[in-house]
Amino acid sequence: MPTGAPARWRTALSTTVVYEAVSVLLLLAVLAFAVVRPRGWPEAAAAVPAAVLVMLVGAVSPHAAWAQTRSLLPVVGFLALILVLAQLCADEGLFEAAGAAVARWCGSGAGRLLTGVFVVASVTTAVLSLDATVVLLTPVVFATAARTGARARPHVFATAHLANSASLLLPVSNLTNLLAFSASGLTFTRFATLMALPWLAAIVVEYAVFRVFFRTDLAAGTTPGAPQPNPELPVFTLVVLALTLAGFVLASFAGLDPAWAALGGVLVLGGRALLRRRTTPRELVGAAAPLFCLFVLALGVVVQAVVDNGLDTGLGRLLPSGDSLTELLVVAVVAALLANLINNLPAVLALLPLVAPHGPGPVLAVLIGVNLGPNLTYVGSLATLLWRRILHTHGTRAELGPFTRLGLLTVPATLLASTLALWGMLHTIGT
Amino acid sequence: MSVIVWITEGTWPACVAAALARTSPDEEIVLLYVNDDALAETAHGAFAGLLGRGHRERDPGTRLEHLAAASAHRLLQDAADRLGRDCVRMERAGRVEREVVLAAQGADLLVLARDGDRDRLGPHSLGPATRFVVDHAPCPVLLVWPGEAPRTTLPPPPPPGHHH
Repeated sequence: MPTGAPARWRTALSTTVVYEAVSVLLLLAVLAFAVVRPRGWPEAAAAVPAAVLVMLVGAVSPHAAWAQTRSLLPVVGFLALILVLAQLCADEGLFEAAGAAVARWCGSGAGRLLTGVFVVASVTTAVLSLDATVVLLTPVVFATAARTGARARPHVFATAHLANSASLLLPVSNLTNLLAFSASGLTFTRFATLMALPWLAAIVVEYAVFRVFFRTDLAAGTTPGAPQPNPELPVFTLVVLALTLAGFVLASFAGLDPAWAALGGVLVLGGRALLRRRTTPRELVGAAAPLFCLFVLALGVVVQAVVDNGLDTGLGRLLPSGDSLTELLVVAVVAALLANLINNLPAVLALLPLVAPHGPGPVLAVLIGVNLGPNLTYVGSLATLLWRRILHTHGTRAELGPFTRLGLLTVPATLLASTLALWGMLHTIGT
Repeated sequence: MSVIVWITEGTWPACVAAALARTSPDEEIVLLYVNDDALAETAHGAFAGLLGRGHRERDPGTRLEHLAAASAHRLLQDAADRLGRDCVRMERAGRVEREVVLAAQGADLLVLARDGDRDRLGPHSLGPATRFVVDHAPCPVLLVWPGEAPRTTLPPPPPPGHHH
């Protein structure tokens, strides 16, 4: 039997190591399950039991788990509202109208078309989140390129890249932003003001790289076919969306949770769609992705076990606490690496508690890292390898070559440019 | 024996015109379009990046595959209309440059368009896919300008006494 203080300390240490090992294994299992989704089971089917398990073995106390869940609940609720808002906009034909407008104004040249796609994808990502850009805008962008007779490759790749790199602007642009927003203690408008320049910097760098990387496809030009009827612009939807954005700002000044503005937008557009029988309550609930919300809550508990049992002291020591340019760059690079190693969602959940005590600067640097990093490997390297195997068994080949080569050019450059811009904003307007 | 015309967005009308001008009426013309697998893959990958969102039926990659098939069909139809004579339409999918080389096995001629930067005529005036096809084509190749041939200003000659 161990006796005395050093022995007790050793026992405590080894228990912590076991807890950490169990938590990390469970986290990896949860991520692997989410990628493979055996028999189409929802991701929460593994995440929820894993969260219960880390509590049962004592890697995280029920009290701490509940505190984490309670802090994540409003974030996840806000995300669900934005997902519904984006779906309602899609149902009203907003994205088709945007695609048609791009084809009309920018269809005379492939370079102009790329500019149009950049504008639409950046704004869509910022306002309606990256989910909207990936799921709802990508097919529209392809159709727009096909309609103007342009090669689709630069435009489709731009949509995929901007879903990540144009998601820096608003708290609603990405789930990672909502998490960082609640950890930073900033108001909605302050967050947006600080991130405006990093957002622009990332987009400008992406644009410059795309013009060079895809110069051949862009030089091939366009051959517009027969003119097609233009879809009607959903003015009502656009107005409600603009009012919702204004609501975010007003709520921020009034000290209210900006989620209320999102709720307002959803109630107006959703109520109208229900009255006109364009959607059903079931579809609205489905758009809110309740199982995904459950997955995020459970993932939060598992990640907390990983953080509390050693990551906080290990990685916490590695992360600088100041907001000098070098320190911000180190934080952003570590975040990007972790996002590429595991995935950006667990990465941001793990890093935020470590940097939140040091103020908004490092929190926003983490955000830059986890949002820009995924342009190198879609889901994080381990999960991407797994995903590739799954696709292969379904008969689809995934050649990661072009995406990875492009990411190797844009990710370091956008990381540097955005962090530099963040540093500039922090030191000119402050937090 | 046949003439293969590689149809790509932006440059195909010049290829169709060249094929019409340089084939006799009894020669078979094959209009070839290759769907770029990288497009659907990128969309599949971006969706996989949204970890936890489930619902494979929402995967934009699948939508893209259908849209790409429809778009290829339309493009080949436009090219066939422009050609205005009997032809074979061939649709393939995969790595574009490899599929073109494979399709050209045993052909009499492969017609394709230059697609590099037309303002700067070399070196590297061909895009990577076209370059690959020209390098690996298993048959004679006819390389046409997508528009009017630009006036070439030759680079300055090597200095006297310079030997390659």
